Amino acid sequence: MAEVTLLETRGLTRRFGGLTAVDAVDFRLSRGEVRAIIGPNGAGKSTFVGLLSGLIAPGAGSIAFDGQDITRMPAHRRVRAGIAYTFQITNIYPAMTVLENAAIAAQSRLGTGSEAAIEAAARAALAAVGLSDLETRRAGDLAYGHQRLVEVAMGLALAPKLLILDEPTQGLSDAEIANFIAVIRRVAASATVLLIEHNMDVVMALAGRITVMENGRILAEGTPDQITRDPAVQAAYLGGAS
Amino acid sequence: MDLAPYLLLAGLEGLVEASVLMLSALGLSLVFGVMRVVNVAHGEFYMLGAVGGWAIASLVPDHPALGFALALLIAPALVGALAIAADRGILRRIGYDPEATIVATIGLSYIIQQVVLMTFGPDARAVEPPFYLNIRFPWFGYSGYKLFIVAVAAVLVGALWVGLRRSRLGLMMRATQFDRETAQNFGIPVGRVYSGVFAMGAMLAAVAGVLIVPANQAHYLMGHDPLLMSFVVVIVGGLGSIPGTIAAAVLIGLSDGLMSVFFSPTLAKIVSTLLVALVLVFRPQGLFGKAETRA
Amino acid sequence: MIRHNPRLFALCLAVIAAVFGAQFVLAGYPVLALTRILILAVFAMGYNMAMGYAGMLSLGHALFFAAGMYAAGMASRYGAVGLPVAFGIGILGAAAVSLGIGLLALRTRTVSFMIVTLMFAQVGYLLTLQFADVTGGDQGLTLSERGFALGPVAVDMTSGAARYNVAAVVFSVVLLGLYALTQGPVGRLFAAVRENPERTRMLGYDVARIRLAAFVLSGTVAGTSGALYGLTFGFIGSSFAEFRTSIEALLYTLVGGPGTLLGPVLGTALMTVLIDRLGGLTAAYPIVVGALLIALTLWFPKGLLGTIRDRWLPWLK
Ligand SMILES: Nc1ncnc2c1ncn2[C@@H]1O[C@H](COP(=O)(O)OP(=O)(O)OP(=O)(O)O)[C@@H](O)[C@H]1O
Ligand SMILES: [Mg+2]
Repeated sequence: MAEVTLLETRGLTRRFGGLTAVDAVDFRLSRGEVRAIIGPNGAGKSTFVGLLSGLIAPGAGSIAFDGQDITRMPAHRRVRAGIAYTFQITNIYPAMTVLENAAIAAQSRLGTGSEAAIEAAARAALAAVGLSDLETRRAGDLAYGHQRLVEVAMGLALAPKLLILDEPTQGLSDAEIANFIAVIRRVAASATVLLIEHNMDVVMALAGRITVMENGRILAEGTPDQITRDPAVQAAYLGGAS
Repeated sequence: MDLAPYLLLAGLEGLVEASVLMLSALGLSLVFGVMRVVNVAHGEFYMLGAVGGWAIASLVPDHPALGFALALLIAPALVGALAIAADRGILRRIGYDPEATIVATIGLSYIIQQVVLMTFGPDARAVEPPFYLNIRFPWFGYSGYKLFIVAVAAVLVGALWVGLRRSRLGLMMRATQFDRETAQNFGIPVGRVYSGVFAMGAMLAAVAGVLIVPANQAHYLMGHDPLLMSFVVVIVGGLGSIPGTIAAAVLIGLSDGLMSVFFSPTLAKIVSTLLVALVLVFRPQGLFGKAETRA
Repeated sequence: MIRHNPRLFALCLAVIAAVFGAQFVLAGYPVLALTRILILAVFAMGYNMAMGYAGMLSLGHALFFAAGMYAAGMASRYGAVGLPVAFGIGILGAAAVSLGIGLLALRTRTVSFMIVTLMFAQVGYLLTLQFADVTGGDQGLTLSERGFALGPVAVDMTSGAARYNVAAVVFSVVLLGLYALTQGPVGRLFAAVRENPERTRMLGYDVARIRLAAFVLSGTVAGTSGALYGLTFGFIGSSFAEFRTSIEALLYTLVGGPGTLLGPVLGTALMTVLIDRLGGLTAAYPIVVGALLIALTLWFPKGLLGTIRDRWLPWLK
């Protein structure tokens, strides 16, 4: 199957004062893949995906998505163009019900016309992450792991072409992580997934390819096998971490 | 016709206004700077200073100087005590939430105003100046007392400035302003600092009120304009910036004096209010304030 | 839409039925007082759109009330148009003013927003004084056009019953319209912007535009109330543009419950009745208002219906 490029960056750079958090990154993502970005704390992973989603403005370089230059496109239009983003720190509507949380995401795609269609889409997204039973609960009252799933459900309700997840399994129990892996496998059938993850088990279970970042640059890229065998990665990251 | 005497007179009047404004605006600015809240009742503290000053001075009718001196000491102290009560009773309980504070202090201002109306009545009350001195200019004589206001204000602001730089309280205030939590962790009694700052802000307004009564009379509605003008000064000077506030008070006091020579008071108010609203919209850090990242 | 919150919908219908029914039970002075309550309730409902639902605490809604009142009143007085047209002009005038102010004021948030809206409203008030020869200033203007034809029916606005029913119709239309808006996707969107603007932006919404839409809606409904007030009672004046008018909208909304559809209606009714009662006894009105503002922020920030909603009836929103 020919690989179609969904997202591509060239020379993407962002500085914070004297620190170059993302340093001239050239990056390519194919449609349909599940890609993990790994790297030590402060490597620039969150900043990089923040640039992709429009949360952070780039200093230099360009981003193309789905054949369109989106470098200067405001964040909310990127979401409409198909890039969904979930925050590293859980960011939901705590005072609203779980269903309402998902409905706000769904109506972003469907418009405010039909409440029935919005509700159906919201329910489908909640079902996909296994939250159907908690629909009427206040989102802020849920356990942390469930709140993370609400966040993922909001991403799904957008029916994105690209779903960006920033450390989605942080703070989850082993059982919740297993459920999460199953959820993402299902999502991957219809969307491209870009995942920042520290938990190597999750990475190995999900990722088709892995990008390793360090000091704002891409250190290595390849299949899980290639990455685990890469001596530079072992020296810089895997060796140090384990 | 020669314009010079008009300009001189307008300049002098502007200077007097600037002095009073500087005190009252510094009070507002201090409170905003340290506590990050806007006190809408600030104008009523000014009015209470004036009305309280009148009430105290009229207790010693035969000695204007003594009466004035007592007023200058006692009225601000009483207003300060009221401010502490308001801080403990209201602001602290709502956790200094910025929006709730505005709503609550609007309520406070309604109450103060109406209580003063019901106790002292709707009439304007005059206080005799502590001394009479007519300073001769080539074209007209000018009240020496008004120039005394300017001097007192300058001395007070100077003392405040030095005090805040040198004293322990000043240090604690800056620490609290910089980072409330850390200050608390370092053992700074943040609650007491807040009460103190709120009282100090109110007392500055009250002093301004006492100073102005011998020149302008006391009236229960007199707090409106100083509140608006203090807002203007604080916003133009940059919210929470003391040097900016002083500079803006002088600029605005003088230009207000001059504007009132050429424009009707209503038109002058329209222009200044509109300009300040636009400053807030387009340059939220004020004209003199340093650019800081917006929250 | 009805399906979405049927109990609230039923309650709205019951309120409307009670409003139309009240005139058969009451007569004379209470009808006049009720007319004012209905009109001011529209004002508070409009205010609540910005303050309660979208979380933008304005201190300047007197400006939009006055914009509606003056646009309608001046059109009626100088424009040789009938009352229904003047009413429409009032609504459009308020919409235009709230769009202009919204574009400027919404560049700020929270405290700055409160001060900026207050100042713009003050400018509006001062303008009505400055141009007193056309606006009537403090003295106000009486409007001579006091009737209109509704098809074959002539409506005489000097009759208390006619005024009441006109006010009741506008009130009902606004109430049902806002029910439809707030209980569906739009209301949810306003709440989303209020609760978490950053998340809302990252769900693909232009938060600035949603805020502007809520603000213009709010100002337009407030202006509808102003236009109705002026045309119904045949009088417009600067005092309606004063800061106190903004505070009244805030107070009614706070008392009844910000972010609840019927809260402002209840708040307006309670406060107007309370003040009428007090007005007979003492001149303590400002003290009551002041004490209530403090007490509500201290102990009752969600207001009556907001508290009931949180404790017992979650559908009351
Ligand atoms: N808004 C900011 N201002 C200043 N520096 C920042 C900002 N955001 C990130 N940084 C810095 O940029 C560098 C990269 O941060 P980033 O959050 O992208 O790392 P990360 O790879 O996501 O780390 P982690 O695994 O801890 O989440 C860090 O040194 C961080 O301190
Ligand atoms: Mg990160």
